[in-house]
Amino acid sequence: MSTINLKVNGQPHALDLDPATPLLYALTDEVGVGGPKFGCGLGQCGACTVIIKGQAVRSCVTTVKAAQGADIVTLEGLGTPGKPHPLQKAFMDENAAQCGFCLNGVILTAKALLDKNPKANEGEMQQALSNVLCRCFTHTRMLAAINTYAKSKAGAR
Amino acid sequence: MKFTAEAQMALSRRNFLKTSGAIIVGFSAASQISSDAFAQGGPSPGAPAMGQVDSWIAIAADGSITAYSGKEELGQGISTAQQQLVAEELSVPFERVKLIYCDTALTPDQAHTSGSQSHPVNFNNSNLGQAGATAREALLQMASQKLGLPVDQLTAAKGVIQARNDASKKVTYGELVAGKKFNLPLSKTAKRKHPREWTVLGQPLQRPDMPLMATGTFEYVHNVKVPGMLHGRVVRPPVPGATVVNVDEASIKDLAGVEKIVVRKNFVGVVAQKQFQAVQAAAKLKVEWSKGTGMPDQAGFLETLRQAQPSRDILLVDSGDSAAKISGAATVVKASYIHPNQMHGSLGASCAVADVQGDKATIYSATQGVWYQRSACATLLGLKPENIHVMFRRGSGCYGLNGADAATYDAAILSQAAGKPVRVQLTRKDEMAWENYGHAHVMDERAGLDAQGNILAWEHEAWIPAKGNRPGAARPGNIVTGSLLGFEPDTFQPRTPAPAPNAYNNNSNGIPSYVAGRVKGMNQGTGTIASERVLVHNLQSPVFTGPLRSPARLQNTFAHESFMDELAAKVGADPVEFRLKHLKSERVIGVLEAAAKAAKWEKRVSPRANAKTGTVTGRGVAVVAYEGDNGYTGIVVEVNVNQQTGKIDVKRMWVAIDAGPISNPDGLKQQAEGGALQGMSRALGEEVTWDREKITSVDWRTYHSLPVGFEIPKIECVLVNQPDEEATGAGETSITVIGAAIGNAVFDATGARLRQIPFTPERVKAALNARG
Repeated sequence: MSTINLKVNGQPHALDLDPATPLLYALTDEVGVGGPKFGCGLGQCGACTVIIKGQAVRSCVTTVKAAQGADIVTLEGLGTPGKPHPLQKAFMDENAAQCGFCLNGVILTAKALLDKNPKANEGEMQQALSNVLCRCFTHTRMLAAINTYAKSKAGAR
Repeated sequence: MKFTAEAQMALSRRNFLKTSGAIIVGFSAASQISSDAFAQGGPSPGAPAMGQVDSWIAIAADGSITAYSGKEELGQGISTAQQQLVAEELSVPFERVKLIYCDTALTPDQAHTSGSQSHPVNFNNSNLGQAGATAREALLQMASQKLGLPVDQLTAAKGVIQARNDASKKVTYGELVAGKKFNLPLSKTAKRKHPREWTVLGQPLQRPDMPLMATGTFEYVHNVKVPGMLHGRVVRPPVPGATVVNVDEASIKDLAGVEKIVVRKNFVGVVAQKQFQAVQAAAKLKVEWSKGTGMPDQAGFLETLRQAQPSRDILLVDSGDSAAKISGAATVVKASYIHPNQMHGSLGASCAVADVQGDKATIYSATQGVWYQRSACATLLGLKPENIHVMFRRGSGCYGLNGADAATYDAAILSQAAGKPVRVQLTRKDEMAWENYGHAHVMDERAGLDAQGNILAWEHEAWIPAKGNRPGAARPGNIVTGSLLGFEPDTFQPRTPAPAPNAYNNNSNGIPSYVAGRVKGMNQGTGTIASERVLVHNLQSPVFTGPLRSPARLQNTFAHESFMDELAAKVGADPVEFRLKHLKSERVIGVLEAAAKAAKWEKRVSPRANAKTGTVTGRGVAVVAYEGDNGYTGIVVEVNVNQQTGKIDVKRMWVAIDAGPISNPDGLKQQAEGGALQGMSRALGEEVTWDREKITSVDWRTYHSLPVGFEIPKIECVLVNQPDEEATGAGETSITVIGAAIGNAVFDATGARLRQIPFTPERVKAALNARG
């Protein structure tokens, strides 16, 4: 065990952890955020995604040691139910969820791509989401929500 | 509403399901695989009485309304619709109603949330909807007395009852109830709001859980935390049938944070202070296992099922003359279809939290049946059921019997051993290697047609291996944890030959939509073909099986709807017209015509005269009456087939769905869309695989689900509203027809017939090569 310093959604956390601990467990069990979720533990599905340095990162296969010092953004770091981020709002407006377990991975992956490349085309978005799963298959609505947001973002520029 | 005698008989079956006090789980004589639909209605001892308004509705002194339901939100949108239902019947705004579901301390026992039963059982003339109507009538009566006016001069809106002619004479629900209970049985005659009068139901409202889900603040069972909670992991056997020989506890004595190693028969688990400590302990714990029981060679395994013994045989319909009719027919067509085992494959590996303290237990579970879970956990823990409190918390979408119940048992066992609350998180492999897979089916279809292209006789024969099922209240051995703990699965009861059917039952869609369905002198099917026989052989499976979204219905419908297409092609008929010619149910005809119309279906004889090379386009159609009468979908799909690679691209879908009166059009549309895409993933790539020792499809590299980032087909939905019919299921219809529709579209495009799911590029290429 050693002291691990994580910065999550702008808040610093000093945690006493095994440095090899997957970041996901530190976020859910120690920091207490609910956005990132355990899907596969293998980096295959996207449910555990967080944004670090502008990249969508799989927190289930990232150690806390590797994440030290960086700004870690989780789904709740984007907005709140009362004041959602426009991308979250677009998902709400589309009713773009069934069980909702995948939303964390879908929203954060799309956000990371659009932050980097606001004019991402359909193929680039598909590529970014090619390792993100939704087993309820809410795909149509989720892509519609992402497109609505991407258009509004492009329009606002 | 006017009903024929036959329709009334079908309705009486549904009424039985809705109101039945009997719990029937496991195999029923007439049922094929899953008796989900028959497992409705409790109540378990101590459950709130189904026939009492207070079990469903509570109105507080401040006028706030709490509704209690035994049907839970799994992601299918039913909680929103139920909240609309209560608001509608009580004439209050949607936001005024708080809905609580599936908590053994609070809610009625409505058995499982499964089998597309939530909409019919709670929205028709019983249970939640009828409780709402009964409460509204009671409130009007109370107001009548209080205001000294006859009921017909009163009107209710927004939780206030007032005189029609004098707005000053009014009283609120809260004042009327005054913190008391209704103490009133459900009235059978309480008048329900007709769908044409609806103002809250019928609206495409936003799901109340949507803002929470989108911001990471919704509480899933994975997010539940209780004070002092420890973390558990299980150590499953490396191969099926392996038993514990020795557990070397010293192998993890150097690991920090380990609180408990638990070994009970073949159940092994660890409990630690932190989750990562539990992960490491489970990985490093040295367990010696015996050899497994082995697995059959998967190559050709399904083909061997026709000879498999023992078998439990079931005749669903038998006119007695089908074989003779077929052999004497002008045209005879035979085809065989194969459907593999598939997975629920929930996105989140299952999780549960249990706190067993002495003779009491508190359990947070994503189970589909909290009351059953309570009884089963009582057995596992040696506690009294009434001392166990089970609360549903949503898990990752389950689509049937995923790992939620197993994880709950795991947590309960580990918590009892540790004497502290324990959260169990299954790994991806724990989930995928040990879940109750959707059933494999081998299906033979035979038909005889006359010289004019009319189908004279249709025979369907299916071979279906099964092991385990929903554990229900009394069969923990039906799932992996119970089995490891030494409990037996459902007993297999061989029976050959099958007795004649004594009641019509198309619960598993074994009976094609196009036959008459004649049992006991009554035609109860949706079609016209008088000569018919459906014989099912239930067999023993090497892997655990259980209900997976549209269990058996999907597999049987794949065969029926593919075969119908083969028959149409054989006699040179248009696939839509040919279906219509053999249908009599207006509901089935309605969704078929609606889908065809939306797609601007052009009359055709498949296959088209496309080139035999390059990428070609085709369209296919399929239709189903789910469970014979519990929801209807017609679908048309358009595909591109790359004849070089064998890859199928589904480009467009037109889905027509009829679930009775539309309670929430957006929710209905979402079920139609999601079901079609999930079914497409199952049809194109999903298959459970194994080697001679163990399951080998254990993650998302070895089990192939279409990701969010694939080229999504354009989907157009037609919502067929039926304000004068009863509510039916909605969530398992589009998924049931998509497989056949894709196969039929591939045939239309290429002339190659696909008879085995999934339609992998290799299989498509083999079919292309076989067409000559």
